[in-house]
Formats: sequence, C-alpha cells, structure tokens
Amino acid sequence: MVDQATAPPAVTVWQIDLVPADGQRDRIAEELAAEAQDIGLAIDLDVCASRGFLLQGDLEQERVKEIAQQLLAEPVVEEFQIASSEANTAQPTGTVYVLPKPGVTDAQAETALSAMQALGFPVEAVRTFRKFQFQNQTSEQLQQLASKLLFNDAIEQVVFGALPIENLLTQQPYDFKLQIVSLLDANDDDLNRISSEGGLSLTLVEMQTIQQHFQTLDRDPTDIELETIAQTWSEHCSHKTLAGKIEFSDGSQTLHFDNMLKETIFAATQTIRKDLADNDWCVSVFKDNAGIVEFDDESCITFKVETHNRPSALEPYGGANTGIGGVIRDTLGTGMGAKPICNTDVFCFAPPETPAESLPPGVLHPRRIMKGVVSGVRDYGNRMGIPTVNGAVYFDERYAGNPLVFCGNVGLIPNNMAFKEPQPGDLIVTVGGQTGRDGIHGATFSSAELTEHSEVTSGGSVQIGNAITEKMVTDVLLQARDQNLYTAITDCGAGGFSSAVGEMGEELGAVVWLEKAPLKYQGLSYTEIWISEAQERMVVAVPEKHWQTFEKLCRDESVEATVIGKFEATGKLKLTFNDQQVGELEMSFLHDGRPQVVRQANWQSEPAAPISTPAETVDVNAVLLDILGSPNVASKHWIIRQYDHEVLGGSVIKPLVGIHNDGPSDAAVIRPKLKSRRGIAISCGMNPHFGDFDPYHMAQSSIDEAIRNCVAVGADPNRIAILDNFCWGYTDRPETLGSLVRAALGCHDLAIDLKTPFVSGKDSLNNEFSYSDAAGNRQTITIPSTLLISALGQVPEVDRCVTMDLKQAGNAIYLVGITDPTEMGGSHFNLVTQRTGGDVPKVDSALANAIFGKIHQSINHRWIRSCHDLSEGGLAAAAAEMALAGGLGLALDLSPAMAHSAAHARTHDVPPLANMLGQLFAESNTRFLCEIPNESAAEFENLFGNQAVCLGSVSDSQHVEIKCGDYKISLPIADIKQAWQKPLDWN
Amino acid sequence: MKPKVLVLRAPGTNCDQETAYAFEVAGADAEFMHINQLIEQPSATQDFQILCVPGGFSFGDDIGAGRILASKFTSRLKDTIEEFRAAEKLVLGICNGFQVLIKTGFLVPADATGLPVTLTWNHNGRYDCRWVNLKNAGSDSVFLRDTESLYLPIAHAEGRFVVRDAATLSQLNSARQIALKYVNPDGTNGQVPFPHNPNGSDENIAGLCDESGRVLGLMPHPERFIDRTQHPRWTRQPDEISADGLKIFENAVGYFA
Repeated sequence: MVDQATAPPAVTVWQIDLVPADGQRDRIAEELAAEAQDIGLAIDLDVCASRGFLLQGDLEQERVKEIAQQLLAEPVVEEFQIASSEANTAQPTGTVYVLPKPGVTDAQAETALSAMQALGFPVEAVRTFRKFQFQNQTSEQLQQLASKLLFNDAIEQVVFGALPIENLLTQQPYDFKLQIVSLLDANDDDLNRISSEGGLSLTLVEMQTIQQHFQTLDRDPTDIELETIAQTWSEHCSHKTLAGKIEFSDGSQTLHFDNMLKETIFAATQTIRKDLADNDWCVSVFKDNAGIVEFDDESCITFKVETHNRPSALEPYGGANTGIGGVIRDTLGTGMGAKPICNTDVFCFAPPETPAESLPPGVLHPRRIMKGVVSGVRDYGNRMGIPTVNGAVYFDERYAGNPLVFCGNVGLIPNNMAFKEPQPGDLIVTVGGQTGRDGIHGATFSSAELTEHSEVTSGGSVQIGNAITEKMVTDVLLQARDQNLYTAITDCGAGGFSSAVGEMGEELGAVVWLEKAPLKYQGLSYTEIWISEAQERMVVAVPEKHWQTFEKLCRDESVEATVIGKFEATGKLKLTFNDQQVGELEMSFLHDGRPQVVRQANWQSEPAAPISTPAETVDVNAVLLDILGSPNVASKHWIIRQYDHEVLGGSVIKPLVGIHNDGPSDAAVIRPKLKSRRGIAISCGMNPHFGDFDPYHMAQSSIDEAIRNCVAVGADPNRIAILDNFCWGYTDRPETLGSLVRAALGCHDLAIDLKTPFVSGKDSLNNEFSYSDAAGNRQTITIPSTLLISALGQVPEVDRCVTMDLKQAGNAIYLVGITDPTEMGGSHFNLVTQRTGGDVPKVDSALANAIFGKIHQSINHRWIRSCHDLSEGGLAAAAAEMALAGGLGLALDLSPAMAHSAAHARTHDVPPLANMLGQLFAESNTRFLCEIPNESAAEFENLFGNQAVCLGSVSDSQHVEIKCGDYKISLPIADIKQAWQKPLDWN
Repeated sequence: MKPKVLVLRAPGTNCDQETAYAFEVAGADAEFMHINQLIEQPSATQDFQILCVPGGFSFGDDIGAGRILASKFTSRLKDTIEEFRAAEKLVLGICNGFQVLIKTGFLVPADATGLPVTLTWNHNGRYDCRWVNLKNAGSDSVFLRDTESLYLPIAHAEGRFVVRDAATLSQLNSARQIALKYVNPDGTNGQVPFPHNPNGSDENIAGLCDESGRVLGLMPHPERFIDRTQHPRWTRQPDEISADGLKIFENAVGYFA
C-alpha cells in the first residue's frame, strides 16, 4: 500500500489493482495456464492475474479509493489495492505488466476517464493495464511467455517488474512547417526513392505522370498533395489492377480488357438488368459503398463484404475488430445512410493443430489468430447490437502467414434514400471519433512516454476499434437522415479524410480547414490529419441552414460533430492549415489522371488426373467421420455462440438448428422489419481447393453453393444478389493474374445464366508471405486463390422457411440433382484420404436454373420438411448432418442415384467401386437432400421428374445407414455428432 | 388505459427497438428517451407508467457491465426513480438493464461493505448466445403472473449472479425476490449444469424482483420471443405455438388494465 511518508511529486499517478476477491476464481490466470499448456510452453504454470487502472490528477488517496469502489472494482467478486507511483517501485520478481501503447485506442480508459469526470473527480488522464504475477520462472521464460501469450508488440508494450510511470500526459505540440517535395527536376531514381521513402506505393510511371502534371503547373508539389494522389491512386481505393487494362491469354484465345472488372462482373449485371427491363430490382450497383437492391414497397437492402487481411495477420483482435467496424461504416455511408441489420464473417486460417515449430518465423500461431479474430468480431458486432448471423471458416496451411478475414454487413434503407449528392456551400462535417496517428504507416511518436527510454512506434497500420463510438454515431446519423439534415454521407476508411472528401467532392470541389479536425492528442502535422485512418469517423455534407440542428442532435447524445470545410463548385480540392494553403489539386487530375498500364495475364488448363489410389482400400465409415471432423466441415458452435445472432429481434433461421439447436443451418434468415413477414436470407459459397484445379469452375461452384444455401431455406432464386471478394496472390505474375481473370470469366458466365446479379465486390491482392528459412533462403507462401461469394436472398413469407434437420420418421428422402462420381477433384474425400485426382465440379446452368426454381416452388407448397445442400463431403456428409441435427436416423440405398447418374451420362467409364465412392462423396454442384412426407411425395416427384430420386426414408433407429453397392455406411448418430462437434469445441 | 413505456437509451444500448416493439405488440405505447435527456429533464418520467432499461452494452460495459449507467442513475436520478417506484409504477431491466438495476442497488441495496450481490463474468469467461429453460421461482413479480416455465434466449458475457454470503441468499428468499431460475430441459431444478445454467449463476438465479414485485431484472431476453418464428425450433413445431416472452410484456400492460 501507499507509503505516506513520501512527499507527493508534482504529478501524481495512482495505480489501482483489481484482483479476484477471496474465494473467487482467477479466470484469466486459469485460461493463461491452459493456453500455455496447449501450445507446449509450460505445464502447471503458477500465475495470478489482475487488471488495473493508472489515474493521473490532483487526487488524495481517499478520493482514489472512492473511485475504485464506486466505479472500478466489481462488487462481491473483486478487491482493489491502491498505490501511488513513487511508492510502487518494488515489485516481486515475476511481475509482468502489459499496457496498450500510447495512441492505441484504450476504450476502457476513455470510458473510465469520462465517467470519473462526470462524477466530479479531478482526473486528467487514465490508462489501463493487465498485470501478471508468475512464480518460478526465469527471466528468459518470462520473456517467452510474454511474447507468445501475453502481449502483441503491434499494439501493446510489456514491462517486467515495476511500472516506472511519471506522467500520463506528455504531449508534443506541433510546429507548422510547409513541406515541399522536389519533384520537377527529379530523375527516375529520385522518383522511385521519393515514392518508397514516403511509403506512397506509387509506380515509376505514376510518379512520372505526377511529375509531368506539376511541370505544367510550374511548381513542386507539397507533401500533402503527393499523399493525396497516392491515396486516391492506391490499389485499395482505385482497384487499379482489376479495373485496369489486362491482356488475357489462355492458349486458345486472347482477350483485351480496358477495365477487366467492368467487362466481366459489372457487365454481367448490366446484361441481367437489361433483360429484366421493367422488372429490374437492382437499385445501385458497383458505385456506392455497398450494393443496393429493392426489398419491398418502402425499403431497399444494401450489402457489402470487405477484407481486412493484413491488419488481422499482425494483430488478429484489432484487425478483425476494425474490419467489422469498417464494413458497418460502409453500410452507414451507402446512399443517404442505411441502418446496419446483420453481419456475416468468413475467415481463412492455417489448421489450428499446426505444430508451432512448423510455422514460418514471425507468424502468429493459427490458433491464436483464430481466437483473436473471433474475439475481435464478437466484441465489435455484439457491442454494435448487430446480429452476426452467417459465416464460414476455411482452413489450409497456405494461410499460415496470410490469414483472410472477410467482414460483411447488410443494411436497410428507405427506397427514396438510395442516392446522394452534396451541394455547393454544404459544410464538410466529421462525426464521431477523433483523429490521431492511427493507420499512418511507420509514424513514430511518443505522446505519453511510459519510460524515458521507451521508443514507441505505434498507431501505425494496426488499430483497435471502439464500437460504442460507432454505435453512438449510427444512432444520431439515422435520426439526422430521417430529418433530412444532410445531403450526402460517406465513411472515413482507407485514406481517411483524403479519400472521403476526395470522393464526395469529386464532381464539385472542396476546401478543407485541417486545423479544425478534433484531435486525440497534439502534435499531428496537417498531412497526418488529412490521411489518418482513425476509426469511427463519418463525413457528411450538411447544408449551412441545418448545421445548428445537426450539431444539437449530435451533442444531445454526446457525439462530436465538427465542421472541417466546405464543398464549393471550383473543381478543385483546396487544403489549408490556419489560413495557409498547404495543397491545391484539380479533382479531374486526382480522379482521372492515373496512367493506364497493360498487365499480362496467362492461364493454362491442365487435364484432370485419375484418382490416385484404388477404391478397394476405403473404409467408408472412417472416411465419413474424418470428413465430418475435418475443420472445414466440423461444427463451428464455439464461434457461433460467441456472437449475438438474435439482437434486433428478427431472427427466423438461426445458424444452429435442429432438435438440440446444434445442427449446421445452410443460411440464416432474418426479418429486417418486425412488422413484416418478408425476410432476407444470407449465405456464402467458397471452395479454395477447387481453385487449385480451375478457378473458372471454382468461381461457378462458389456461386452455385451460395445460391443453393439460400434457396435451401426458402429464398426466391429470382431475387438473389451476390457479391464477389477476390483474395489472390501477387498479380504482377501473369499466371496469378490469369487465374483471377479466369475466375472473373466464370463469374460473368454463370451470373448471366442464372440471372443472379453481382451488386458489389472488393478485391485484395498480393496476399503472400515471405520469409527466410533456416538455411537463409527466401521462401514465399502464396495463399490459395480464394473467391468468396456472398449471397443475399429474399424470402417472400418467412413462415414457409425450411431447416435442414430431419423432422419425422417415415418421411421419404430424395436426392435432387445429379451426382457426377468423377467430380472428386478438390473434394474432402481426397483431402482426408490424402488422394489426388478427379475432375473439379462444374455447374450445368440449365439444370441449376430448373432445380433452384423447383425447390422454391416445393418450399412454397410446404412439401419439404427439411432440405440440405450437398457440399463438402458430398451426399454422405449432408445426410449425416441432417440426422445429427434432427436426432433421427436414415435408411438410404443409393442404387437409384447410380442409375440416375448413368441415365444422365454422368458416369462415363468410371470403374464400379469408384462410381460407388463418388455417389457417396463427390461434390457435384446443384444438389440437395429433401425430406418429403408421404402425402406430398407424388406432387414432389411430378414436379422434379428425372431431376430427383427417392433414396429411402427417415428412421427412428438413431443410426445412419447408407448402402451404396459394395459399400455401406453404418454409424450411430452419437458417433457422428461426436466426430463433428469435437475438433473445434474449444474452451 | 394504454400504459406508456419509457424505453431508456444510453450510449451502447442496442435492444431498444425490439423491446419497444414487444411492448407495443402487448398493447402499450412506447417512447424512447436518451439518458442525457432524462438527466436534463427528470420530471418527464411522470408521463410514463413503465420504465424499461433494455439490453445492450451501455457505455461499452468497459468498466464492468452496467456500471456507468448505474452510476448516472445513483448520482443524478435517485429521487426520480424513488418517486417512480413510490407511485407504484413498473420498472423492467433486461440483460444490461438488469445489470444496471443490480449495480444501482435498486433491487438489493448496498450495506456497509457494499453491494451484497452482483452480475459478473460467465463461468466460462465468454459471451454466450443460446436459449435456456426457465421457471418462475414463485416471487410476487407482476411481470411473471400466471407463468410457470419460460423458454427464452440469453446473450451476455457478464450474467453470472453471485451472492456475497448465505445470509444474503436467505434474505432474498424470505423477501420472495428470486423471480426466475435456470432449469434443466426436463424442468428439474437443483443441479443445473452448463449449458442449462449458462453462466454458473448462484442458485441458478436468472432474474430478481424487488420486494414489491413491481421491479424486475432478468438476464434472458423476453423481447426476442414474441413471434413463433423466433423460436429456434419453430420449423419442427405446429403453427399455433405461443411466444413465452410476450407474456411478460402483456403482464406489464395488464397490470394497468
């Protein structure tokens, strides 16, 4: 406790430790010990954990005690200890503190500070910390425990022993100095150097174009001008690779694209809209922050999925956290602002059981990445009060250094609010979070040094979000929208104000007064303010006459809104700092000045290989259990249950369904409007393993999977909108770009055939991880070509929805669609039996159109009691999942399916045993298993004709029996469930 | 008389809209009010018969669930709430609202050593969203009249109800304050393991009322089960299943009939 004898220093920093009360579990210490054991660091770790706060202010000890009692310490379960900084130098060995680095968002500290101030306590600054007390560990062991388990250098700092804190508020003021970049006389080497030293990522051709532009102006650019151009021309903001000129050759043809995305994916949507003519239900595609489609007579639905891969690799929690925060702002910044109504999250990781020693250096363990990412999504989505209803996780060792994190959000918007246009004279207003150095690469700063020697590089590319700030912003902006208080809105994402104001003012012009932006701390230069990517900020265009009302609305709910400039019809972007001009750019140069280069893209098809080992050796029971237990297929309940999937009250089909609420639903259905019975269905399709064979068919299979998931629960196949998210390797390699173009061609062709429009999309390129191996050789891991297709379906009447769990013994089971037993390429059968070969599954679009329509018709007639799509693991896995979800057995014989395949000429010259295995495990597209009560069987059969065959029935037996020629699967449901639930049933 | 419900909003409240809708379906008029506005104008409560603190993460739950909103109540609105309760009006706290009611001491007042009960981290240390079986524990809660068993979802990280000591528990029992308990799917009480008692609450306690029965706090979300299609197994059930959550709102409205 406090040493009263010591005279207080000029500034007092109080430390409050919160520890579990007597008899209470030390949960954090227990988890830490378990985790240390899991990854082989230590057995029976002896550790105590506590959390705490550092307080600075003119406070007596009694007041600090009041704060701890009234606000900080949890009643009953926690006790507190107070010490002042100067008295706190002696700490037992084995003490480790972890603190967020200065400048990294510390929501707890911010909230605590404002709460203390609201209660009248004279507190000036607060920081939080976590504290660990280890026993019997050497300092090397402590170092290792800290780096592997306790902290992440990207956002946190670690202190061994006492905290030498003297002052939480050491801010450096900013001395203005206009920075001019000498460009006019630069040679090519200079240009490259300027680009790389400035972290601008501009190519030589682009630098030359900028140089020529400023030569015509007869002046050098300022740093802020160059930064603005770099932001606007960046891959992230302009998609210069995929929306650029590409020459594609696949041996049989050469295609020239002026804008590849426009001529493939967008073009498909245009064709579909034209064909739909008066029935076109797309509203805004590929131009706003999200795609917009019609929902009912009053409202539209918006949908966007973003990636946040690199931040998540460095700091999984913060990366995923700000990923979901960012895509929610996309929704808020779509049209005049949509209300976020649900989230979807898809991840790709290396397998969680990867041995730590086999990972490349500098890579976080996939288990730690997965836990961090899931927590990041959970904490942001749940706090925002947006249900996370759909997702998927895909595992492949090639994601080890470069995990993928896809975050999606759906919004609801009145149909007269789908478009926006800022007007000359409108004020440029920033709403929400303050601006700091967040997201400015490589910036070094030390706004509040922890020790005199600690040099802190932070606030860089890795950030932590603060969901409550964004929730408050959402609450006020939706009210402001409905009161027509602004004319345009967009989010502050990549590029910060630079991108947001640049985009909004593109057709108009704008002046920005950079010194007006509210800052988290002093010391930011005008350029840092302009390009900061600080979270939770939105930019709106407010007519001057509405400013007072708008500002009051924000103030009433404690949201900060600040005028930082004005839109004006000059065609120019003018930037000033305290009345001094720091930049002036033509909007036309900024948005249309980027030089075009032609990129090469090559693709070469390879013929399918035969299946690598003979069929005789297969134990089908074991194979089925292995497939169900493979992490891609295994139950994701550990993730799903951590997400609030019911908030907003519109839940209709949950992610987990069935008699024990634990079977895998094909898609989620929600009612966006509680007074209406109309619903939306959200699903996805992805299969990177197919991409190893042919990205064209991978793309088509992913589209088919996303649609069939949606259709299986009751979505109308004529009203499904889809999104693309391409995550690829280094696209300057012609073969990598070639495989991407081939996937885009697959998207184009099938979207048109199925009349399923793409309405938005996003790409992330150059997903590779390079490192030096033990021998000092440079190694690169390229991710598998990954295309996520997300589907947004519409359900006319949710009361007709269907789930995948078996309902009633005696009902008949039909296979809808046709199995091609040769379609084993990229299958989970091959994966778990370590085989290769087989064809990649293809889509027969005519058949798909017919089947999707008929499934929907059957659901509307209420003929179907349960319906499940066939994907990873094929028919056998789907049947097993239906049984475990329904708690009922199955007795199936696949002889009719074999005859069915033969009748459709899908068996070719397959040997009998391979044919039988294919019937069980092939992953042919557009297939469903449907449970049909006997009274509806005749009508169902009539409708489907030769597109469905009866395979048997639901049984009371608690066994899954599937006979297929010489093979027979016979497994108790309990074993099936155990195999499926156990692998990812984490604590 | 159609009662008027004040649905309180604070930074981070996120179940306000569906909660207001549930009250409306039950026959009340619901209005939203922000905590800032209520602090500025406490007399506004006089127009309302029911005060509801809905679910969410008020102030981010950054320093303990419900803690800061509770401190606003105790420092700025104590008299207002006392008047509201003295007028025999109803107060409902759901999830975060329950956490607020606990941490204000409105349900169980603090003594010399502080609050004798709390809601804290779930036993497994994680946020958990799942449906649970509940039974009316025999309190005098107005909200639970004519209910026996309820099936409702929970969605929280800090829902473990902890009592300081046996004396506190017996006090709660004798004052008939224990309103809702988690039970096993077959309805049995006593040993209720995870996930049926989803957070490890002492005595399986899921909801608490005050001695008058007019103030109720509960961790489960009744507003998430007012329509048959919200039930996790509605596709397995006949068309006419009743919605357990709606009953709680109807009871509140019925109290003023």
